[in-house]
Amino acid sequence: MIAIAGTVPDADFPLLSGPVFLQEDKLVLNGRQIAINRGTPALLAATVKAGEVLGLEPPTAILVGDIGLGHGSRDLYAFLVDHLPRSRFSVLCFHYLQPDVDWQYRILAAAQSMPSPPLLIADAGYMYAAKMGGQADEYDLFTPDVGELAFLADEEAPHPFYTRGFILHEEQKVPELIERAYQYQNAARYLLVKGKKDYVVHQGKIVDTVVQPITESLEAIGGTGDTLTGIVTALIGSGMPIAEAAFMAAHVNRLAGKIANPTPAGQVTEIVNFIPEALRDLLKNH
Amino acid sequence: MLRFLKTRLGLFASQPKGLNLSLKSQGILVFANTSEVIRAETLLKKAGWKLRVMGPPPEIRNGCDLVIEIPLIEELNILRVLREAGLAPLEAVPVSSPLLKPVNIFQKKDFGDYLMVRAANMKITIEKKSRRIVNVSGGGCPDVPYLAGEMVGRTLDEAPSPQEIGHTLCGYALQLAYEEIKRK
Repeated sequence: MIAIAGTVPDADFPLLSGPVFLQEDKLVLNGRQIAINRGTPALLAATVKAGEVLGLEPPTAILVGDIGLGHGSRDLYAFLVDHLPRSRFSVLCFHYLQPDVDWQYRILAAAQSMPSPPLLIADAGYMYAAKMGGQADEYDLFTPDVGELAFLADEEAPHPFYTRGFILHEEQKVPELIERAYQYQNAARYLLVKGKKDYVVHQGKIVDTVVQPITESLEAIGGTGDTLTGIVTALIGSGMPIAEAAFMAAHVNRLAGKIANPTPAGQVTEIVNFIPEALRDLLKNH
Repeated sequence: MLRFLKTRLGLFASQPKGLNLSLKSQGILVFANTSEVIRAETLLKKAGWKLRVMGPPPEIRNGCDLVIEIPLIEELNILRVLREAGLAPLEAVPVSSPLLKPVNIFQKKDFGDYLMVRAANMKITIEKKSRRIVNVSGGGCPDVPYLAGEMVGRTLDEAPSPQEIGHTLCGYALQLAYEEIKRK
């Protein structure tokens, strides 16, 4: 079973945990409706959509309201430390959460104490904390974009905001950045680097790249990286090996984007709706 | 961060001999969270001080941190202004090692009718003709979806600035991208 932990941009949203469903263009968790514009709700929506095609049970969402002050994230961290040792998830994905190194240590220990330790996926703020805490290599998959990869490659930077200028966030530098991230043990076992070209990496070795189809506008649209992480989470949850799941997820996200064909003013909900069509199409030829 | 400071203050009290004079003359103000740093920076700059926001030294980093670098000689005046505004820092300590500098490189992408600017891990996109913000993307801290919700759909002049409503380093990076795109 898949569990996804993250935040929603509403300070009054309580800490909730349970199976999550899609009803039209909203997520439904414990009877509450959640808009899926971007962030963790967009990730969850992509996991649900892909999971429907793959025949998965609904993912468990562990969500809390947080608008950046970190109170909600810390409540969620305490919940995870308390509940994970008794939980049975096969895949655990961490997303938009306030980076906090101390809590990251405790949660990793709690996850590793589960009866059957899950595969660990980290993106966004939680990935920052895992890297800063020096425990990146305890995770199975990170899904950085090129800017975040530069941060992973900078052994000094505690946050992408401090990535040093000589470590340029340029697409053509991605192989060098990957090498440097692994050199300093600041990457997970696998990386899915999101960019103009997507890279699938295992222990520092680039095992696949995905370049087609290209829809330039996707780079500007908030949430397209979140949907990619959501799709790969569903595919891994279906039992697909991580490298294969990353390769397929990159294709599915691109194809859904191509079918939606948004302008740079488009919203991620336009793309989420085409994930099933894109996934079915690719599975047919798999 | 306060917990870290309490355990680390001994380090600040006994600085190594021969420390660079420019480091010795500088101090840092440490706050409970990034939004307090942003508010204090705005207040102090309005009051005429030339300050820099920087990354904290390794001893007190815990995740999403930012400090204000100040000339130590001005410490008392600065602290008084902050206290009067209800923005007293957790600590004011001398700089013990070089501080991390925030990102200062911007990347632009022209989509024809739209322009995107990126600073660090944050991107903002506007429709050129109307200067309406059409997308905010990137980032990993939890105020990013909140900032996007508050800013997207408004013009650059109408939208609240990330400095006003953001709370994290991603919010601060978005502020830099927002200032850069406003200059275009």
